[in-house]
Order: sequence, then C-alpha cells, then structure tokens
Amino acid sequence: MMTELNEETVRAECRAWLEANWNPNLGLVEWRHKLAESGWGNPHWPSRWYGRDLSVGLVPVVKEEFARIGAIGVAEAGIRVLAAATILAHGTDMHKEKFLMRILTGEDTWCQLFSEPGSGSDVAGAVTRAEMRGNQWIVNGQKVWTTSAHKAHWGLLLARTDWDAKKHAGLSYFIIDMKQPGVTVYPLRQMNGHASFNQVFLSDATVQPEFLVAAVGDGWAVTTTTLMHERRGADGLRTWGKKSDRPERAFEEERAEIATTMEPYKWYPQRAGRVDLVISRAKETGRIADPVVRQEIARLMTMSKAAEWTARRARAAQEQGRPQGPEGSLGKLVSSNIARAAARVHTQISGADALLTGDASPMNGVIAEILVSVPATSIAGGTDEIQRNIISERVLKMPRERTGDSDKPFKDVPRNLVG
Amino acid sequence: MKFSFSSEQDEFRSNLRRFLADRAPIKETRRLMELDAGWEREGWKALNAELGLTAVRIPEEYGGHGFGFGEHCIVLEEMGRALVCAPYFATTVLAAGAILHAGSAERKAALLPGIAAGETIATLASAEDSGSWDAEACTLTASATGHLNGHKSFVLDGHTADLIVVLARGPSGLAFYTVDGSAAGLTRTLLKTMDPTRKLARLEFSDVEATLLGSAAGTYERVMIEAAVCLSNEMVGGAERLREDALAYSMMRMQFGKAIASFQSMKHKAADMLLDVELAKSAAYYAAAALDEGDGDIAMTASLAKACASDTYSQTATHAIQIHGGIGFTWDNDTHLWYKRAKSSDVLFGDAFHHREQMMKNWAA
Repeated sequence: MMTELNEETVRAECRAWLEANWNPNLGLVEWRHKLAESGWGNPHWPSRWYGRDLSVGLVPVVKEEFARIGAIGVAEAGIRVLAAATILAHGTDMHKEKFLMRILTGEDTWCQLFSEPGSGSDVAGAVTRAEMRGNQWIVNGQKVWTTSAHKAHWGLLLARTDWDAKKHAGLSYFIIDMKQPGVTVYPLRQMNGHASFNQVFLSDATVQPEFLVAAVGDGWAVTTTTLMHERRGADGLRTWGKKSDRPERAFEEERAEIATTMEPYKWYPQRAGRVDLVISRAKETGRIADPVVRQEIARLMTMSKAAEWTARRARAAQEQGRPQGPEGSLGKLVSSNIARAAARVHTQISGADALLTGDASPMNGVIAEILVSVPATSIAGGTDEIQRNIISERVLKMPRERTGDSDKPFKDVPRNLVG
Repeated sequence: MKFSFSSEQDEFRSNLRRFLADRAPIKETRRLMELDAGWEREGWKALNAELGLTAVRIPEEYGGHGFGFGEHCIVLEEMGRALVCAPYFATTVLAAGAILHAGSAERKAALLPGIAAGETIATLASAEDSGSWDAEACTLTASATGHLNGHKSFVLDGHTADLIVVLARGPSGLAFYTVDGSAAGLTRTLLKTMDPTRKLARLEFSDVEATLLGSAAGTYERVMIEAAVCLSNEMVGGAERLREDALAYSMMRMQFGKAIASFQSMKHKAADMLLDVELAKSAAYYAAAALDEGDGDIAMTASLAKACASDTYSQTATHAIQIHGGIGFTWDNDTHLWYKRAKSSDVLFGDAFHHREQMMKNWAA
C-alpha cells in the first residue's frame, strides 16, 4: 500500500519514531544499528538497504526532526560515505550485506586507494597491478594521499588488470582488506609539518574474487561514481552536525569518534586562508591604517563575499529545482584564488612576524600555518588546471583536449618512471 | 536575502533581451554614438512606449510601475549587455533618484510623471572640474533667491537633458535644485569622451534661475549608493556579453588547423573569465536585492559591487580583445565599444580603488 509521502506525513512519522526510540543512554553502535534498521538514518536510500525510498528533497525534513529532538544520526564522516554510495550503486548483495550496516554504525573505517605517485590528476593512469593467481587477486603497487589509511579496515582500490586494453578499459575496482600483511602504511609528511595522509605499499596483497566490484575492466565507471560523490560532498566529508556536550553515553562515544575522524583535518581552516581573521589581525597590528594594505584587504573581502553570494545563488537555483547555471561549477576554483590572496594579505599584515612560526608567532602559529598550508587548496581534490579544463569543456562546451594515451594499449603509453 | 530571480523576472528579462536585440542592435549604437546628442527622441520614445522602461521603479502614484531595484537592475543589465545609447541611466537612476529622495510630494508629482512617461529627459549634475563625486567637493553656489553660479562637469547627458538636478551649496547647506535645460545663463558644452556611447557635458551657471528641490544632506549619498549599484548591474551585463562573444569567436577562429578554443591557453582564460563575471554578477545582484530589502550595510555592499564590476569588466574587455587578436584592435570589430564602456564605467562615480577605500572605511571603524 502506498501512502502519500508529503512533508507533513514524513515529518510526523519520523518524529513519532524518534520519540519512541531515541535514547542517548544506548551505546553509539547499538543506537545506530537500530536507526539503520528503521530506515530513518538514510531515508533516501532504498528501503531494502536501510532506507525508506524517500526523495532527496524530503531529507532536510528528516534532518530537522533529528535536530529538534537532538538525536545522533548514522556515521556520516570520512571516506566511508563514499564507500557506501559506491557499494549501493555497483556492489553485489553480498557487499551490501557485509559492509553497509557497519558503515552506518561507524564500526568500520574506510580509505580510498586511487591516487598514485605516477598518476595524480590522471587517476585513470594507475599502474598498481592486480593479477589473478590461483583463485585470488594478487595486488602490487603504491598508492598515495590516502587519508585515514592507518586506521582503515577496508580500502576502495583501483588497479590495472589488463595491460593490453586501452587505458580506461584495463582498470578494475576492488574492496581490499587493509589489515593484512601485504599492506603497509606510512604517514606522508607535508610541507606544513602535519601528516594527514599516507602512502600505502601493496606487496602481494590479496583480494578474494568476490570483492571485485562490477566486472573486470569496468573499474573506471565505478571510480567515476566514487569521485562524483566526493566532489558533491567535498565539505560534507569533514563536517559534522553539532558536537554535543551532553553527558550521556552515546554523546560521549560520538565525541571520541569525532576527535579521531577529524584529526587529519585540523589544519584545513588554515588551508582555506582564514579570511575571517584578516580584519581583526589588521586592526591588532595597526596595519589597517596603511592604504596599500587596505586595498589588498578590500580586494580579498570582495572576492570572498562575491564567492559566498555565488554559492548562495547556486543553492537557491537548486532548491527551486531550476537548472543550475555556471555559478555551480566555480566554487573549487575561486576557493584557490581566495586562499592564495588571503595568505598574501596575512603575510603583509604580519610584517616581520611573518618570519616566525610556532607558539611564539602570531596567534600561536595559526598565521604561519596559513602560508604553508594554502598551496594544498589549488591541488587537492582536482588541481586548478583540471578545474579549468572541466569548466571550459563541460560548462563552456569548448573542444576537449586530445590526449596521447587513449588510442593504444596501455602498455605502450609513455608514463612516469616512478610507480 | 533573495538569491534568485522569480519566473516573472526571468520572463521580463528574456522579453527585454529580444526587444533590445531587435530595436537597439549594435549597428544602431554605432549610428547614435556618432551624433552629438548620442540619442534621438523618436527612438527613445519607441524604446519606452512598448515596455515602459523609464517607469519601472517610479511609484504608481507618480505614473510609474512601482517595481523595485530588482527589476530596474534587470533593465540596466540588459542595456549594458546591448550597449544601448540612450539617456536612460541619467534619467531613471540619477535624476529620478534625487527627486524621489529629496523632493516633496508636490515636487515629485510635478516632475516624476514626465519621466515615467518617457517625455522628460533628466540628469543629475554633481561633479565638477575636480572630478570628485563627493558632496564635499561641491563649489557651485545657490543664492537665497535660488540663483546658481559656478560650474558642473562630467554630467551624464547634460547637454541634452530637459531637466537638470543640480547639487549646490545653498544658504542652509548642500541642496538639490532643478534647472530647465534651456534656462537663461546656462551654457552647456559637450565633452569629447573616450567612450563615445557615454555622452558627458560641462555646464556653466551664470545667475541661472533654479527651483529648490530639497536638502542633499544624506540624500545625495543615498543617490550615489543607488547609482553605484545600478551601474554595477549595467556593467556585469556588458562583461557577460564580451565574455560570450569572445568565447563564440574562439570556437570559430581556425589556426594551425583547429579552432583556437581547443588550445588550453584559451580554455583556461575562458574559465577564468567565467569565474570573474559570475562573481561580479553575484555581487551586483546581491546589492540590488539589498537595496530592495533595506539592508543596513548597503554603503559597503554598493562599493563592493562597484569595485568588483569595475575590475571584472575591464579585465574581461582586455581578455576579449586579446582573444580576438588583430581584428579585435580594429574599429570595425565591436569589442572596443564595450572596452571603452568598461573603462568609462570604472571611472564614473569613483573607480575601484576609491570604492575599496570606501569599503574599508566601513570595516576599519
């Protein structure tokens, strides 16, 4: 029987369920298990897999009800979200049964094994090798920029299974057990001193045949799904609802989870340039009286405000169900411009203090951390150059670049010596 | 704050765009810009008769349509896009703005219906030879009997306006006065302008009889804020047109056996141009909505929108000429018309540097 699903009925049903079931004294996993079973944790998922078949447009209504009662939702941070979306789209029933629930409860942590030392922007140029030996896949190669690999139970692996096929056709997608002898994880130290990412060495690591996702040679299509969700939710991956100070057990466990998950991202605010600090810093140092500095600050604020309003325009169009204009594709690129400009202005404002770092430097090192963190903004998650290609080709419909690797077997494609 | 246009507004825009493409093609701009007047009464009437463009933001009680800046700025954006040669900005933004803010109900009833009907061409004369649009820079005086002495310069359509609103130092401070375009003692000289689509005049006042409109204290600043927002919207219309035309050209221009649009140097430039123009549009739209919604930070927002539009329009025009290559430097190619409009719009009412300093006055306090 179909009941009409409008905002009021969804709200009433969700509220009734939460009022009857939400209990902060449960353990976090126990609560999320219950929540996942009810379908209210991910109401837009299929009802067969922990959802309620609700349209995406009604999800905010459910979120409002969670906020109203103060209930904790299913685990939503980290690469596990991408794993869930990919498994839902391409996984087998066995994959869904084995992995989805433990993703939603937060019991399992995931990582993404796509980038390699030899293939950054060109992810499809991966040379990590997976070969069927006996009755299992044997994997050899090196992955890089792998967030949370040292904690992850499972990895989303892109590997080459056919060297005679053309570049994209020779790739396959696997779910790999990270806790095995063939997988070694080393932290990768960044120019700002933090080590938020890892290098992952795969030497004769094994994957059971049933952990192949989609068919052999279809790995690129699956990768595209993961990347699409990554772009769409770029900020969602590291934003949480409100961290609650409440004393009950579920909240206590959630706070611990947040601390662990967010650890790699603690310098991310500095990476974006900290525009929010510019005016107060300029007042503090007195540099706000300098007409040259004033021009630079105003330029930065103009760009920052205009970018904020552009994002609002894009969101307004989306909310009204109108086709999004070009304003929706520009956020990544403008955030690089803002970060660079902000780092320059912060340095200008600091004067000689910009020579210092650490606790004795302005704002206990936060200002120094901006300058050495912003170069990540224009590289991570698609370089500025790749963004410009995407904008010019997909939005402006300019001709596509002719590449040197799509018309021959991959084994004949020139590639980097490393990796 | 409103972040999108309504479907009525979208429809208004597309009708207007079609209308202007039909009635005010660039060929017509080229013809009009060669005239001293810069416009013709017949064409101006036709422009207004059908869509009532001069009436858009004038209240209904004074014969207008009573819309807000949202709609008015759509008209300006489309006019900037089409590069229409008409005394529209001077009449509907500057003169009507001063009358609306400073005039009594009686004076509004006397002056606004003519503007709404497209009968009266009007302007505001505030800057002088010093080239400053700040009220404090005003030296022209008004006597107790309402006689004006001094000069004004950089007056938009000042040589052809039927009605001139003049900023003057009167017996009780800065005030607006109205003067008939043909008043005795008024000498109007057309200035030779870098941008031929924007006519400016210098006015000499020698005991010119004028009527007091109202105090300019606070109201002049308000009119300048509105002018900055309206001009920003006109500017982003021009910038977008330049961007689109340059993109279209790069798609059809063949060199080395392929469209130059296939070169990455062109693609990356085009992406940056899109980013610039979309940001400037967001700022201009936001500022127009902020005027309608009575936002308290409007002085800062207006300066931000103007500074953003200034940099973007000039940058986009520079790129557009570069993308066209040699042909872009010729008189016959239309790109230079917008390039010149970009620069004249930047300077008018204070350039980007001036407006950034205005923003900082707001924040540094």
